Amino acid sequence: MDTKRELLSLLSTDARESSEDIARQLGVDAERVEELLDELEADGTVRGYQAVVDWDNTDDQRVAAFVELNVELDRETGYEEIADRIARFSEVESLRLVSGDYDFAIEVTGDSMQDVSRFISNQIAPIPEITQTVTHFIMETYKEAGIDFGDRDGDDRLSVSP
Amino acid sequence: MTLQPNDRVADVPESGIRKFFELAEERDDVISLGVGEPDFSTPWAARSAAIHSLEEGRTSYTSNRGMSDLRRLISDYSRRWGHDYDPDTEVLVTTGASEAVDLALRTFVSPGDTVAVHQPNYISYQPGIKFAGGEPLGVPTSAADDFALTPEALRAAGAEDADLLVLCYPNNPTGAVMDESDVRAVADFCVDNEVDVIADEIYAALTYDGDHTSIASMPGMRERTIVINGFSKAYAMTGLRLGYALGPAEAIDSMNRVHQYTMLSAPTTAQYAAIEALRSCEDAVTEMTAEYNRRRRFVLSRFEEMGLECFTSRGAFYAFPECGGDDEAFAEELLEAQGVAVVPGSVFGESGEGHLRVSYATGMRELKTAMNRLEEFYRSR
Ligand SMILES: Cc1ncc(COP(=O)(O)O)c(C=O)c1O
Repeated sequence: MDTKRELLSLLSTDARESSEDIARQLGVDAERVEELLDELEADGTVRGYQAVVDWDNTDDQRVAAFVELNVELDRETGYEEIADRIARFSEVESLRLVSGDYDFAIEVTGDSMQDVSRFISNQIAPIPEITQTVTHFIMETYKEAGIDFGDRDGDDRLSVSP
Repeated sequence: MTLQPNDRVADVPESGIRKFFELAEERDDVISLGVGEPDFSTPWAARSAAIHSLEEGRTSYTSNRGMSDLRRLISDYSRRWGHDYDPDTEVLVTTGASEAVDLALRTFVSPGDTVAVHQPNYISYQPGIKFAGGEPLGVPTSAADDFALTPEALRAAGAEDADLLVLCYPNNPTGAVMDESDVRAVADFCVDNEVDVIADEIYAALTYDGDHTSIASMPGMRERTIVINGFSKAYAMTGLRLGYALGPAEAIDSMNRVHQYTMLSAPTTAQYAAIEALRSCEDAVTEMTAEYNRRRRFVLSRFEEMGLECFTSRGAFYAFPECGGDDEAFAEELLEAQGVAVVPGSVFGESGEGHLRVSYATGMRELKTAMNRLEEFYRSR
């Protein structure tokens, strides 16, 4: 693995490590890590750094839904144009074009189910190219961003062994 | 007196690891760098195959040599190190590499035989040699040679007259590997002096910055080498207890003669896990190896920063820094003062004195804290 690839793999497991600690693990110096990070950010490979939050552990009321969208394209409007309009809503957490029975898969969050439903019916469904929406409210999250929320990670190895 | 152990058993002392285990167990705030097994769980696909086999009721013995699918996969897997062993006659599946080592010693050591074993080394060889009635001959290796075995070291110890050599690279406890030229030199020594070799290559897949070279792939060595490997380290399967031996048909046949009477067959559930491991867990191994490699670099660079002398270990998941003087006292005080457990090098043979075995089979977070504590301790000393 080259250093850049390895840096990405390291950041995807833990983006909070200091440049010094990353440098030690990659066998380069901290300035080189900073340089690589600048490059990765500048060329749009690294788009951000976020915590993986288990919202069910907070007092916040937070509702999320996966929504399937079907669209009908015409000569003037392609997927890109539609995606661009949808992506601008801050309620939309993720937006992907997918293969299969529908076209876009989006994730929407809000303060209540009503909030989310209203957003879909008032903002998304009326977009002229959208022909159908199917909303799936998320009831429980078991795993996100590669992290298993159920993992209690006990180390049952002997403390000293051959 | 009843049930007195025989002389061979009575002669073998309690392992020095045991003492540190007990000391570490007395506290509950210990970060342990003393662990000789992976911190990862077995890749899920392999665990899942084991569970499925249980659901299907596959809980009978297998053939003595192991399931034929597994032997075929092992034979294919071993090609990466230049091996070519016939799955039907030259592969024996065992209960851990441990059983394979024991079988090899009991099969090829005659009472009074001299068995050379480089030091510092994995703690089971010397006792195993004694249980088999052999005489261990320690061959010291040193930091000056990056703990690689050399013909000079073999000669200095008088190993020309040895009947067997137990060779373990990548090495536990040092993390040392042997480059092709080093292996070739030792192979030439063995051919010239007619020394057979038991090569414990259980850490072969955990070789960094370069590839593992097996002594069995050197000219004239195939016919005099038993290669031992297993699933414990590379596939993080220690508790499933599965390993194997590769060697010429007659030699494997002889080992199987002991195995069929003393073990019957290796654990069946583990064999199902191993089949799946070899079929589909290559990516998981690559990921784990990359993670060990990052931790290795981290640990080595932290040692350098704190001024703790350490050669660049390139295998397994151990580093072997020099603490100077009494390593046992160092390790005890470190545990006492900072709650960090390491294993004193002298546990692995006299030439390990003045060193520490530091295992990085531990998550980065703990590793960072442990290195900070070690630094504080080292600077205050
Ligand atoms: C060098 C070496 N050989 C063999 C073993 C035992 O392996 P297994 O779990 O396959 O019996 C170990 C375990 O620590 C080891 O370090």
